[in-house]
Amino acid sequence: MSNTHLADLKVGQSATILAMHIDTGLQHRFNALGFRCGQEIHVLRKGGWMKGPLHVQIGMTEVMLRRCDARHISVTAVGVAA
Amino acid sequence: MKQIAVLGMPNTGKSTFFNRFTGSHAHIGNWPGITVDLMMAEVKLGDEFAEVIDLPGIYDLRGFSEDEAVVRCFLEKTPLNLILIILNTTQIDRQMILPLQVKQLGLPAVLLLNMADEANRFGVKVQSDLLAQRLGIPVLPISAKYGMGYQKAIATITESLQQHQDLVQVEGLDKNLLNDRQLANDLKEILDGAVEMPLRLSDKWTRRLDRILLHPLLGLPIFFGAMYLIFQAIYAIGTPLQKLLGNGLDWFKGIALEPLLSPLPAFVKGFLIDGLYVGIGTVAAFLPVIFLFFLCMAIVEDSGYLSRAAFLMDALMERLGLDGRSFVMSLMGFGCNVPAILGTRVMRSPSLRMLSMLVIPFSLCSARLNVFLFMSTSLFAPDQSSKVIFSLYLFSFAAALLTAALFKGKFPSQEPLVLELPPYRFPTMKQILIRAWCEVKHFWIWSRKFIIFGVIAIWLLNNLPTDVPTASAQTLSGMIGQALQPLFAPLGINPQMTIALFFGFIAKEIVLGGLSVIYGQADGGNLAGAIAQQIDWVQGYSFMLFTLLYVPCLSTIAVIKSESKSLKFAMLSVVWSLGLAWIASFVFYQGARALGF
Repeated sequence: MSNTHLADLKVGQSATILAMHIDTGLQHRFNALGFRCGQEIHVLRKGGWMKGPLHVQIGMTEVMLRRCDARHISVTAVGVAA
Repeated sequence: MKQIAVLGMPNTGKSTFFNRFTGSHAHIGNWPGITVDLMMAEVKLGDEFAEVIDLPGIYDLRGFSEDEAVVRCFLEKTPLNLILIILNTTQIDRQMILPLQVKQLGLPAVLLLNMADEANRFGVKVQSDLLAQRLGIPVLPISAKYGMGYQKAIATITESLQQHQDLVQVEGLDKNLLNDRQLANDLKEILDGAVEMPLRLSDKWTRRLDRILLHPLLGLPIFFGAMYLIFQAIYAIGTPLQKLLGNGLDWFKGIALEPLLSPLPAFVKGFLIDGLYVGIGTVAAFLPVIFLFFLCMAIVEDSGYLSRAAFLMDALMERLGLDGRSFVMSLMGFGCNVPAILGTRVMRSPSLRMLSMLVIPFSLCSARLNVFLFMSTSLFAPDQSSKVIFSLYLFSFAAALLTAALFKGKFPSQEPLVLELPPYRFPTMKQILIRAWCEVKHFWIWSRKFIIFGVIAIWLLNNLPTDVPTASAQTLSGMIGQALQPLFAPLGINPQMTIALFFGFIAKEIVLGGLSVIYGQADGGNLAGAIAQQIDWVQGYSFMLFTLLYVPCLSTIAVIKSESKSLKFAMLSVVWSLGLAWIASFVFYQGARALGF
């Protein structure tokens, strides 16, 4: 199993979601926004100063989430997006 | 009457549809056990009337947020004839879970695929007939914003309503909902072959705009620039309107009310004019600014920029227990606290809203600025007075930061911040106007009683007993001012100034009016002289600090109470701001005196 988390991805990189270590209630919320295991996720940008949030794209949706929350999402080893 | 509920995820244009559907005649309804405001309206469909209820936007019927609990509670308690489900067509692949869940509950439904125009542009193709066949309910593409497909949707809703004469109530909601695996299977079966979508969203314009607006270096300056412009626009237009409204009310008072009421005893006349009429005027004075504020907020929000602002400011705000949207509202609070507090409604997490509402009143609003401009010019040399004003702005920021830091433990927001960043959109004029109008109506309905009552109470304090001069030492407020001297003397605030603070409870605009009544000097120049003679700059600055930090005004308390739905919370805000004001003034005054000033 990979130890890479969503927060580790660099800007422009894509990966596939492996698991989400969050409680069920929040899992529903993440699912509804398109976060699902096996789904590809792409990091568009990261808030620069003071470790700002991540701007990611999953399918047809763009979402911002904080780095602390992104640490709970493990992803496959990194592949650079085309 | 037939009952229809409108359900959908956040950011699907559900409210836009609701407003179009009901013609914005909606009002707030009451349901037992439900604490969130639900909008409802009567709509004529065919030849019968139906009651339409707008449910809060939710992601999943099984979710644990307050809104999701509200929707579950509503569905279990309220029998319905029909449920309208709205989705954003572009995200149909993930939003389809809501219609599936509703279907599982056995509720008659109509599915509206909204933003059909946008879906088309992004290359999403949906065969709604096939979907309808698979789901067993009518499925229609619409654009709530531009009205496309709307007539057909209404016809279908009317028809469905005729078919479902009986009310259906959901029983055992939790039991009936599918688990994730079943849901995923059903989702795949339903969508397979009926929906065609690109692997990834590619909106060139959004990409390009984001590259500039979310630029690591330029993003923040652009954001502050945009906020500054909005701020200037609201108050450049709003302040003259407020003046005009004030003059109009004065004119009516002079030409009609005073002659009409002149036969009445002075006390009754004073009560009606200076108490009741001024109270109504106080509420009315806020209406133009609230209207303009929400006009601008609707543009910022509906265009998609508000969530970008959240992205830009989040790093700092996260450390304060707030989020980027709280920051936008606090900034707006520098114009007027009232619309800023109303604006916190964009945040759905209750504790986040509470913390924001506690912070916003420390924003130095334009009404307070007037008092400070007057006091600082009468007590300080011209080159110093601008520094004095600037220092008060710094205190305002410091008080907001301190409040957030102290209370973030008390109002912890457990919900992680996952915000959708929608593609940039052009809001329509109609959308913006409806939003602003609804907010003004809301404020007028919820706050006027509280504010008018407050103004009357303060007027009575200043005018009872009836046989002594207004606001003099012999009135109730004068006596309270005297009685409070042990509290205010250590701040360097004398009894007269204490009475002025009473006026300030109503609104900071009338602190100056209050001072001129107290000092018996109507002319501004004379008043400045009289004050400068009686107090020195240390006392004056202590008074300004207190004015800055204690309760902004009755209207702010009124909206905090109506928005938080908790008198206890409103009291917490009042007590905390009074306490902070006292401590700050005490430390300043005693410190300055100890240093020999």
